[in-house]
Amino acid sequence: MTTARDKSCINLKLKVWRQKGPDVKGRFEAYKARDISTDMSFLEMLDVVNEKMILSGKDPIAFDHDCREGICGACGTVVNGRTHGPEKGTTLCQLHMRHFSNGDTVVIEPWRSRAFKVVKDLVVDRSAFDKIIQAGGYISVNTGGAPDGNAIPVPQEAAEKAMDAAACIGCGACVAACPNASAMLFVGAKISQYTLLPQGLPEAKKRALAMIGKMDELGFGNCANEAECEKQCPKEISIENIARMNREFLKAGLF
Amino acid sequence: MQLDSKIPDGPLSEKWDKHRFKMKLVNPANKRKFKIIVVGTGLAGASASVSLAELGYEVMTFCIQDSPRRAHSIAAQGGINAAKNYQNDGDSIWRLFHDTIKGGDFRSREANVYRLAQISNNIIDQCVAQGVPFAREYGGQLANRSFGGAQVSRTFYARGQTGQQLLLGAYGSLSRQIAAGKVKLFTRREMLDLVVIDGKARGIIARNLVSGELEKHAADAVVLASGGYGNAFYLSTNSMGSNISAAFASYRKGASFANPCFIQIHPTCIPVHGTYQSKLTLMSESLRNDGRIWVPRNPEDKRSPDQIPETERDYYLEEKYPRFGNLVPRDVASRSAKVQCDMGKGVGDTRLAVYLDLKDAIKRDGRDVITRKYGNLFEMYEKITAQNPYETPMMIYPAVHYTMGGLWVDYNLMSTIPGLFVLGEANFSDHGANRLGASALMQGLADGYFIIPYTIGDYLAQASLDTSREDHNAFNESSLQVETRIKKLLSIGGKRTVNDFHRELGHILWENCGMTRKEKDLEKAKKLIADLRAEFWENVLVGGTGKEFNQSLEKAGRVADFLQFGELMVMDALARKESCGCHFNEDFQTDEHEALRDDENFCHVSAWEYRGEGSRPKFHKEPLEFENVELTQRSYK
Repeated sequence: MTTARDKSCINLKLKVWRQKGPDVKGRFEAYKARDISTDMSFLEMLDVVNEKMILSGKDPIAFDHDCREGICGACGTVVNGRTHGPEKGTTLCQLHMRHFSNGDTVVIEPWRSRAFKVVKDLVVDRSAFDKIIQAGGYISVNTGGAPDGNAIPVPQEAAEKAMDAAACIGCGACVAACPNASAMLFVGAKISQYTLLPQGLPEAKKRALAMIGKMDELGFGNCANEAECEKQCPKEISIENIARMNREFLKAGLF
Repeated sequence: MQLDSKIPDGPLSEKWDKHRFKMKLVNPANKRKFKIIVVGTGLAGASASVSLAELGYEVMTFCIQDSPRRAHSIAAQGGINAAKNYQNDGDSIWRLFHDTIKGGDFRSREANVYRLAQISNNIIDQCVAQGVPFAREYGGQLANRSFGGAQVSRTFYARGQTGQQLLLGAYGSLSRQIAAGKVKLFTRREMLDLVVIDGKARGIIARNLVSGELEKHAADAVVLASGGYGNAFYLSTNSMGSNISAAFASYRKGASFANPCFIQIHPTCIPVHGTYQSKLTLMSESLRNDGRIWVPRNPEDKRSPDQIPETERDYYLEEKYPRFGNLVPRDVASRSAKVQCDMGKGVGDTRLAVYLDLKDAIKRDGRDVITRKYGNLFEMYEKITAQNPYETPMMIYPAVHYTMGGLWVDYNLMSTIPGLFVLGEANFSDHGANRLGASALMQGLADGYFIIPYTIGDYLAQASLDTSREDHNAFNESSLQVETRIKKLLSIGGKRTVNDFHRELGHILWENCGMTRKEKDLEKAKKLIADLRAEFWENVLVGGTGKEFNQSLEKAGRVADFLQFGELMVMDALARKESCGCHFNEDFQTDEHEALRDDENFCHVSAWEYRGEGSRPKFHKEPLEFENVELTQRSYK
């Protein structure tokens, strides 16, 4: 591989999954990414590659992205076998090219799971997550008539723990990282958030049963305690939430 | 066209109550007969969908993302204001109202802003009930922090992810209504035209972004909550997908556009580092609570920050504005940073940055306390810049962040097209010429949860609408126009990419219609944008077809609209021959280089009416009347 023109730039070989639609067979294609500044984000690197492809009349690589600051949960691909790439606790949009070296081969593929069909290239359909939330991922309260915000004190520790769980961005990396394509970290985080807050308790049983039932119905796998989800979650959501979900499920079934 | 703000009579504090009583109601059994389209699922759109569905209306909700949870509100960091006065520090509805009016440099409506302050308290209650994990004190009470432009502590927050948590609260409630069958959700859909029948908004044309198909959707009213237009500048803190197309299509159909030149440039963003850069990242303004902003006292001082002794540091905000210090409003903080850099006192490789230093706060409160408050921001900063803010001061520079301008709406949030309501950042109504921190979330939720449910009923109860149908000729015409434009974009086959044009437009706007403006520059920009737009339609290269998932085509349509809108923005800046809030025209400044308003001639909202391609839009004025606050020179000294 030739040396990049600028010292702070690198050249990379990309192997990118290309797939025209959900029912078409996909395959890896090789591309060269040249003169990539190490200050670029991973998605900016893809932008550069895409711009060149457009100019040469090729179909650019489709990928989901929006906020590019690690909070919307839109982006995410598997990079060299790891969701969102090599850096711990980092979304793909926040991954910078300084973590790669000149001459590296980078394999980029979409989330792979029965429940997430490929839309195009690296874009997948994650509407199954929305469906799980629709099954019960909320507190049933209508607008208006809520008591004063300070009427029910919430212990600081509970609020902090609820926030730890609520930080989930719904990107789907946990599913892609799991050998069983389980959605338990996602579901556990939402169930935990509401179980930890007094406002969420009245519906706790119903919620646990409904969300877990929907998760199974949509084709997500079971947890086998591999903990890959926690390791690869860009928001480092703890698997403690899965344990809490299991307790809630048990409670709901027993009592 | 006559602009009628429909502000109710009577004392300020009674206007909203009386108005709510006077408004017509729709019988509960009849509500299900009305269809309402909501475009956008950010705080305003999601909360509107929720509250309208709860009332019994049939709601159809559209978003461009794959899930409603990803709307750009999710990226708001710092917090949401409310006049709860939990801190017992002298806050009140009146004070929040007053701060917001003053912060907006007296270019917003008293009645709207007062209503916003009144509603602010209900929002917090609602969000707590939804299970939003706000920060708490040890005793379990809600915690507050302070924010720019205020001397009380009234900002509620969930770490540095307040927007995310409020949006997920609204998204949860929205999901509940979807499950109940009261909201029909359309994801990956982009509104490309508004359908107007007999002068009333009756539906939209949306493109299915996966199949490329154009869809016709009819309704009895359309609620637009499609966000702001900061991405006209190419680089901004907005999400990549944020665009003006839905609002601009409505403008072309007759909705007046108000104050397009009011653009908030946020003082604390990570500086630009390269031409390939696709977006800018905000560092929450809450950092200004504990951080001190400084530059070297001497120009061209290239020493690293730890080599610069205290005596050679210029804490310019603290020196110039001793009363507010680092907490001056955003426009003042941004402009001050630019002034320092223009004097050659900027830092970093590009010399376009100032330091935001938390060293003293870490020394005072300990690292743990600072980590709890700002840990996620520090991490984000380090990820992007590879520098550790615990050890070396952050570098920041202003960036386009929010747009106060938007479609003109009356007190009921209805545009100049009957039946088209505009909410959140997409409207112009509450922030005047500058928005205070932690007020965008407040406004989005106020509009959606607590205003539109009442005002839309008043419209529907009186509008005498016949059944809306997708086979009406107006839908066919609109759809055909949209299709023609898509075909045109695909057929040009030029030599420059969409991004290339967008980058150039952004550069023109940033240089000439950014933090400071001059008549000469604005005239130049007008011409440059017109030329660029002409070139775009002859030389843009959009690959692929219209009948497939085509992100390049999506972007092309958005940039085409930004190009046309850019001209309007510049035209508006030229017409406002004063300085106010964010709009700083160098020809109008006080001896101390503060914005010099001209209340005699410019105490108004500028609203622009589209008059067809190639014709100058018609200018309308809505005079602003101040009966409760005194118009003063804004001072934060």
